[in-house]
Amino acid sequence: MTDTVAAAPEIDTRKTGRLALLSEFWAYFSENRGAVIGLWFFAFICLIAIFAGLIAPYSATEQFRDALLVPPVWQEGGSWNFVLGTDPVGRDMLSRLIYGSRYSLFVGIIVVSLALVVGITVGLFAGFMGGMIDAIIMRIMDIILSFPSLLLALALVAILGPSLINAMIAIAIVQQPHYVRLTRAAVLTERSKDYVTAARVAGVRPIRLMFHTILPNCLAPLIVQAALSFSTAILDAAALGFLGMGAQPPTPEWGTMLAEAREFILRAWWVVTLPGIAILLTVLAINLMGDGLRDALDPKLRRS
Amino acid sequence: MLFYYFKRFGVLIPTFLGVTVASFAFIRLLPGDPVLLMAGERGLTPERHAELLKQFGFDRPLWEQYLDYFLGIFQGDLGNSLVTKKPVLDEFFTLFPATLELSLCAIIFAMAFGISAGVVAAVKRGTWFDQSLMGTALIGYSMPIFWWGLLLIILFSGTLHWTPVSGRISLIYFFPQVTGFMLIDSLLSGQKGAFSSALSHLILPTIVLGTIPLAVIARQTRSAMLEVLGEDYVRTARAKGLPPRRVVGLHALRNALIPVITTIGLQVGVLLAGAILTETIFSWPGIGKWMVDSIFRRDYPSVQGGLLLIALIVMIVNLIVDLLYGLVNPKIRHTGG
Amino acid sequence: MRSTKLFLSAFVVSTMISAGANAATTFVYCSEGSPEGFDSALYTAGTTFDASSRNIYNRLVEFEPGTTNTIPGLAETWSVSDDGLEYTFNLRDGVQFHTTDYFTPTRNLNADDVVFSFKRQLDKEHPWNQYTAGTSWEYFNAMSMPDLLKDIVKIDDSTVKFVLNRPEAPMIANLGMDFASILSKEYADQLEAAGNKEDLNQKPIGTGPFKFQDYQKDAVIRYQAHEPYWRGKAAIENLIFAITPDASVRQQRLAAGECQFNPYPNPADLDAIRADANLKLPEQEGLNVGYLAYNTKVAPFDDPKVRKALNMAINKQAILDAVFQGAGKAAKNPIPPTIWSYNDAIQDDPYDPAAAKQMLADAGVSDLKMKIWAMPVQRPYNPNARRMAELIQADFKEVGVDVEIVSYEWGEYLKRSKDLDRDGAVLLGWTGDNGDPDNFLAVLLGCDAVGGSNRAQWCNEEFDALVQKAKIVSDPAERTKLYEEAQEVFKREAPWATIAHSVVFKAMNNNVEGFKIDPFGGHAFHGVDLKQ
Repeated sequence: MTDTVAAAPEIDTRKTGRLALLSEFWAYFSENRGAVIGLWFFAFICLIAIFAGLIAPYSATEQFRDALLVPPVWQEGGSWNFVLGTDPVGRDMLSRLIYGSRYSLFVGIIVVSLALVVGITVGLFAGFMGGMIDAIIMRIMDIILSFPSLLLALALVAILGPSLINAMIAIAIVQQPHYVRLTRAAVLTERSKDYVTAARVAGVRPIRLMFHTILPNCLAPLIVQAALSFSTAILDAAALGFLGMGAQPPTPEWGTMLAEAREFILRAWWVVTLPGIAILLTVLAINLMGDGLRDALDPKLRRS
Repeated sequence: MLFYYFKRFGVLIPTFLGVTVASFAFIRLLPGDPVLLMAGERGLTPERHAELLKQFGFDRPLWEQYLDYFLGIFQGDLGNSLVTKKPVLDEFFTLFPATLELSLCAIIFAMAFGISAGVVAAVKRGTWFDQSLMGTALIGYSMPIFWWGLLLIILFSGTLHWTPVSGRISLIYFFPQVTGFMLIDSLLSGQKGAFSSALSHLILPTIVLGTIPLAVIARQTRSAMLEVLGEDYVRTARAKGLPPRRVVGLHALRNALIPVITTIGLQVGVLLAGAILTETIFSWPGIGKWMVDSIFRRDYPSVQGGLLLIALIVMIVNLIVDLLYGLVNPKIRHTGG
Repeated sequence: MRSTKLFLSAFVVSTMISAGANAATTFVYCSEGSPEGFDSALYTAGTTFDASSRNIYNRLVEFEPGTTNTIPGLAETWSVSDDGLEYTFNLRDGVQFHTTDYFTPTRNLNADDVVFSFKRQLDKEHPWNQYTAGTSWEYFNAMSMPDLLKDIVKIDDSTVKFVLNRPEAPMIANLGMDFASILSKEYADQLEAAGNKEDLNQKPIGTGPFKFQDYQKDAVIRYQAHEPYWRGKAAIENLIFAITPDASVRQQRLAAGECQFNPYPNPADLDAIRADANLKLPEQEGLNVGYLAYNTKVAPFDDPKVRKALNMAINKQAILDAVFQGAGKAAKNPIPPTIWSYNDAIQDDPYDPAAAKQMLADAGVSDLKMKIWAMPVQRPYNPNARRMAELIQADFKEVGVDVEIVSYEWGEYLKRSKDLDRDGAVLLGWTGDNGDPDNFLAVLLGCDAVGGSNRAQWCNEEFDALVQKAKIVSDPAERTKLYEEAQEVFKREAPWATIAHSVVFKAMNNNVEGFKIDPFGGHAFHGVDLKQ
């Protein structure tokens, strides 16, 4: 959305195959400055998450009993021992935020993979089979969509029991319909095209036809949706944590940290503000990337 | 045309049936015996336990309970809350105006700022103005709203003392609830200052709840406007020498708004989900907070009835949006469903 | 942008108006939740009692504010027959019910009102026994009233007799409980004639210091002072409950002056409240106890020496710091110090891991493995059972005992922990109902309660005899002596590790005067005033 360059860059049409596709994609993607910033920031968070053990000054759960609610270093009373201050039980905020990135990325990855795998499979079947099966699947998706997503996730977690894993399952279920609908719509368009008819006439088995022939041709909108739901998943998991239905303390998940620290909003701004900023920046980076992805993958929007 | 409407309604019936089953099933799947939970440490004798189960009807076969629930829906009977013993439907409609008032304010706020920001951004496409508007919109779109709410409270209520911390109106005002909408009731009451008090209580929750819809609407308006501005008739209008203001206002915006309206319709679910968080933060006595409380208290009939009613609202709004869209955009009728 | 500015100035003006117009006698209480209804006999939650029985109604017998001692309420005097089976109450003269826009009483309180208030709970055929959907008289049942009460008889307009099936000394204290509130029969009759019985629970009429005015669900309850209140008109003219479930929001409202009283401040905010010159923060031990109950039927926990040794291995101070964060007090007896007959002479088991280890060895116990049950929920007597269990786990490791922590869903936890052959020691607690020691000692440790609320499955003849005797003696001095002795037996035999009593804090504006912390956790506002 934030693309600024109007003229399409020249593309070297001599290259063929995957490499060409990739470089074409990168050309479009890198046109979007925001998307590139988002990508770098996202990569940065990924690195932090992977090397959390090396970067973090302390363990996420180690309690310094004589350093409760120490403010960040630039404020009066702060110390270089705890750059971003400590929380009510004396845990280092910086370390907790660093370890917290693992949980947020973990939530995003698991939810998106779950939703993608199940959603695509179900969507493919619905689109390919048609008839009764299609109708039933689509009605189930309608039912899921009739409930506000967070409310549904909340009810599901209440059933499964509050934990990070269950929160992820609930969010994945809530996100199903988007994938199923997208895949099904794509399959319906692709099914009538010549190459599919040709493959079918040639005797390609339905499963192979679905996954090897049709699926690769409807990947673009799915990838965009995946980026979108990656950020939604992080936000929803944080919201569930905030309502006490997500990750349980002392897990340094950002939403749970916020919920735990909420009682301190008057006394210690940093314990409330910092996890929120971490969530915001991560989600923002992913959304910037998502916009770039969509612009690069969706030829219709590319022209606008 | 008529066929499209029939088909649209036809799809609604199985979905409605499914929603009744789902709302019923959710509750039965919740772990925990509500009677044991009510008794707590004090405990109760097995006889008393059985008696209470019977009284609430939890001892009967599931299908019988479901049938009762299902038939009750058509008589406007969703059972009684286990906590307050009052009919669930009454409870819901006592609290619903508060949520509706907040949601309407949020959506009006989101539309007013979102559409204007989107139009301006589209017209000034590519300028720093466009970029910063859309950057802000993306930040709004990425906002964890529960945190946003807390920040606003700290700033405007805690530090600057501009807005009240929570509630719907200052406690010094007392007047009968006629419509359930505090803004209207406070005007009807004729009490001096009541309306501005109600308004000041609405501001922060409205901003918090409206933030994400605002961002979505702004982005959608911008891209719809861009598409329309590129179309032939707009170019023609421009070529004819019509002033740009007229082109944008009259021709482009009207057509660009069609997809935007759909987007707004889709925001109803988002609003209701956001209401859960917003109402929790601002102690707003609406259905979002009521649902969360009911889930935590294992108030079976309330959760079941609340889920059903909320799903019905979403379904009806979606239906209206679809029908409106069908009216405005004839293309959809043939492909629809 | 212009419109935003306009909005903002509107707030500023409105906040100024609300600050200026705050009438002197209006008291705003930031309550923590919505009442379930206004007929207190139907419910068991303290939030509901605050909004109903404690301010709207009276009882025959009441508790002296700030204590667990009973004093006369609507009954001016009473007498107990020699066999302890008949209680005769003489009602106070000239007690008036509330006059509101929905009810005007034509007569004063009389025996009919008392009989009505109890008969509807006792008699399954009573027309008001099932007056609203799902009516159940929970507290009446929980206190075994259906077994205990034979009949309630009107002798004359100002005399009522309660006939019991067996002698029960705590009866008087029971009649001070919220379910025993006295309602107006005249009002009930009027509602019945009009066909809206449910209003008894929605628009209450009582004799108490405040009369109900209005309730906006989940938002605000309004009361007005009852002019002819028999104890004298309340100093507060308008009582407002501003329902504010979120603790930090409650605190902000208190700080902003939107309310004068926060009944449940966050532990995290306590320091800030102490530091605020406009606020004060009285505290008191709660009427509760948190404990770890061994299963005394299973070896080696059937040996008091083993139990005692384990008790000595627990570092209570560490638990108070980490779990209660200052809002708790170490418990040495099974009853809290606010209850009469609390035996303060008893010495708590010292924290001495070395001695504990030696005692275990002497008892022939080595390589002991055990389970500790941790509740999945937060309770007043144990804000974080999981963390408490982890601390005890570490303590027991010191003395060579391996602990596995287990937990179940709350309903399941309560059920399974009653099993006679339960594997492991269970963390649980109890909040008192009527301030009578019997309500702790007999209910939680009596032989009758084995397999029920006696989670230690502990039946000690000496202890049980003392407690049973105290139940039928009606002389308070003699009862006190018996209970003090029972506590000594308890300490010697150690069926539980007594862990802590919570400490309750009440945050309020400095100008609030005359509020006494109620050991039962209630909030009654007669006698409270706002200093100018």
